[in-house]
Amino acid sequence: MAKLKVVHYINQFFAQIGGEEKADYPAELRVGEVVGPGMALTQQFGDDAEIIATIICGDSYFNENLEKAKADILAWVKEQAPDVFVAGPAFNAGRYGVACGTIADAVQEELGIPAVTGMYIENPGADMFKTKVYIVSTKNSAAGMRDAVKKLAPLAVKVGRGDKIGASSEEGYIPNGVRVNFFEKERGSLRAVKMLIKKLNDKPFETEFPMPDFDRVDPNPAVKDLAHAKIALVTSGGIVPKGNPDHIESSSASHYGEYDIAGVMDLTEETYETAHGGYDPVYANEDSDRVLPVDVLRDLEKEGKIGELHHLFYTTTGNGTAVASSKAFAEEFSKKLKDDGVDAVILTST
Amino acid sequence: MRLEMGHIYIKDIQFAAESKIEDGILYVSEEAVKAVALEDEKIKSVSFDIAKPGESVRITPVKDVIEPRVKVEGRGGIFPGVIAKVDTVGEGKTYALKGMAVVTAGKIVGFQEGIIDMTGPGADYTPFSKTLNLVMVCEPVDGIKQHDYEKAVRFAGFRVAVYLGELARELTPDETKVYETCTIKEGMEKYPNLPRVAYVQMLQSQGLLHDTYVYGVDAKKIVPTIMSPTEIMDGAIVSGNCVSACDKNPTYVHLNNPVVHDMFEQHGKTFNFVCHIITNENVYLADKQRSSDWTAKICKMLDLDGVIVSQEGFGNPDTDLIMNCKKIEAEGVKTVIITDEYAGRDGKSQSLADSDPAADAVVTGGNANQVIILPKLDKVIGTLDYVTKIAGASEETLREDGSLEVELQVLTGATNETGFNKLSAR
Amino acid sequence: MHVCTVTPISMTVGANRIVPAIAIPHPLGNPALDKDEEKKLRRGIVEKALEALATEVDGQTIFD
Repeated sequence: MAKLKVVHYINQFFAQIGGEEKADYPAELRVGEVVGPGMALTQQFGDDAEIIATIICGDSYFNENLEKAKADILAWVKEQAPDVFVAGPAFNAGRYGVACGTIADAVQEELGIPAVTGMYIENPGADMFKTKVYIVSTKNSAAGMRDAVKKLAPLAVKVGRGDKIGASSEEGYIPNGVRVNFFEKERGSLRAVKMLIKKLNDKPFETEFPMPDFDRVDPNPAVKDLAHAKIALVTSGGIVPKGNPDHIESSSASHYGEYDIAGVMDLTEETYETAHGGYDPVYANEDSDRVLPVDVLRDLEKEGKIGELHHLFYTTTGNGTAVASSKAFAEEFSKKLKDDGVDAVILTST
Repeated sequence: MRLEMGHIYIKDIQFAAESKIEDGILYVSEEAVKAVALEDEKIKSVSFDIAKPGESVRITPVKDVIEPRVKVEGRGGIFPGVIAKVDTVGEGKTYALKGMAVVTAGKIVGFQEGIIDMTGPGADYTPFSKTLNLVMVCEPVDGIKQHDYEKAVRFAGFRVAVYLGELARELTPDETKVYETCTIKEGMEKYPNLPRVAYVQMLQSQGLLHDTYVYGVDAKKIVPTIMSPTEIMDGAIVSGNCVSACDKNPTYVHLNNPVVHDMFEQHGKTFNFVCHIITNENVYLADKQRSSDWTAKICKMLDLDGVIVSQEGFGNPDTDLIMNCKKIEAEGVKTVIITDEYAGRDGKSQSLADSDPAADAVVTGGNANQVIILPKLDKVIGTLDYVTKIAGASEETLREDGSLEVELQVLTGATNETGFNKLSAR
Repeated sequence: MHVCTVTPISMTVGANRIVPAIAIPHPLGNPALDKDEEKKLRRGIVEKALEALATEVDGQTIFD
């Protein structure tokens, strides 16, 4: 396999130009040169890749002349046309980390050339860019160069070749919010026992799944006049016309359904059912009003307690369905509901 | 309680005129096992087949997987309250046929039956690609209700497994392991300096087709209770569960519960394995609250220092898991939980339906939404008629070349939440 | 507004107006009751949901 071509980005310090006093060093391209940490990378690349050019830029210069620096560097990278772009590693140097993240992200986004970088987990650049570029997790100082390069070089080669990237724990990058499956060396029960022993002994342990934060939204104001309000029904309980005409999946739904209930006074066993595969379907199949209370809302409509029941309802199966998918469905049909002048929605879940 | 487990390694399964085990080969009289399966009049017909590791065979829709065992000494029999009479099990001597399983399959009951591939990429994920499988495909009589059919197939599987286990009664095991736990007082005296730990097992109990049975009792009707960890080895807990194939516990997993076995390895060394606590995952909020209150209360009453909690299934049981974890941690008992994830096909979604900062020690069985292509295999045991309908499949599942594009969800046992496998995610 | 059985999940995922339901497979019903009783029960939950919609809330609120 031909050697991958690499363009390497470093700051003035690692180019041995100088420290803080030289941080305003303007961006510079050195074609055919391997500088500073590039040596260690080159060694680690072996026959897989080679650095064809090094770009050096002072940390202050980059951040203070962001647009120009970015434009110059992107132009040079484009001209060199590498297979992969490597920035850093930046360890715990804040401005350097932000520069590495910014430029690596820009190279990927604007040139379509894959990029990787490396830094310490508490470097502000890590939080800013970990979901955008692969950032190898390094120690907090350049003393960790050997260790950093050992992870950075192989990841750069994989990314450059377009190989499948494994889980963060395998490849050594900072978790980027994308969950990736892989096979551990020990089965889960044994990992749990070992984790418990550490926890019991107050030793550090690493959870395999950090608890997520969920979005919050501000509540909408109250509906002022129910007697004239248009109310719509939405459900994640999978209620669909009998036969599931749109083939909504029993689990991990890829789409939602929109169904007209104009003139429907009651959902019956003959006309509606559930497509949901995550709960006992018998009750909903017998009487879908148990999930989607059309009958009661019709009564309330007749009695004038609500203005009207919207003639369309929206439905999907909230069973193993990704939050991102659900969000996308809701964004789409919320817009339709708004356009149709719906005042309030009752969402039922199973 | 002290239980001696004798392992008899099965190297091959063959159909023969007479059922017997000789030199590690299980000979099965098709006629005899058919008769055992057909004892229930709700089953119209049954066909038996053998699937071996590495063969180009796909088994689907899979309902349960069962390891044949026989009780040779001590109280009770295998599957107490289900096949054997009710009696407390978990002591004495039991033999197990290792390296093989009885797999029940047949027409779909719900949406959740699974797939076992004996070769190819799917085989890497399902643990039952590594066992010699005696597969029984059951056809129900016409007009039967789905829950009656489920029950009929469940029981037929147990009967066949017990019939096969009986063949080992007079054999000498290839290997023997001894599992012994102490009473509360004995444990305090014997291991005064070891931390006291227990295993909290959440049993799927969401209703018809999502059930688990403890000594024959529907787990949704229990309140959390304690068991000796050896009881499961005699079949005290069995599956009646058709929830997503990847993370339900087939009876095989209950019999071989890996948390119980791995905790036994540390028993008397790094900790005192006090007991096995079972609880459920019901559909009523009050049940969820009561059950999690009780698990926490039991942990406190037993003066535990730590527990491992395993989940079964996903979705609303994520709440039971989090409630258990939060309440047990609040009693000062250090908790590790085992779950799996539904992070979307791209891995970018939230993995669990519920969360809490108290759940700081999590083991995961992997992302069940991961897409996998299962190549066309030479032989199908069962039927592909439902392959686009089972959980984890879609209308696009069946591809032109006969391969299947599915999520890991469809593979029996792939993301098991008792930590049965090595699959994980980060 | 969200009608659901497992209100803790609704709280975790961030719904603002929450009305507890009966059970997961039949949030707005109870097959143990006869038809009329069951519909009355369902109406009670829907009325509670409407009441929630007509009530101003500061943050996440469960309407028990």
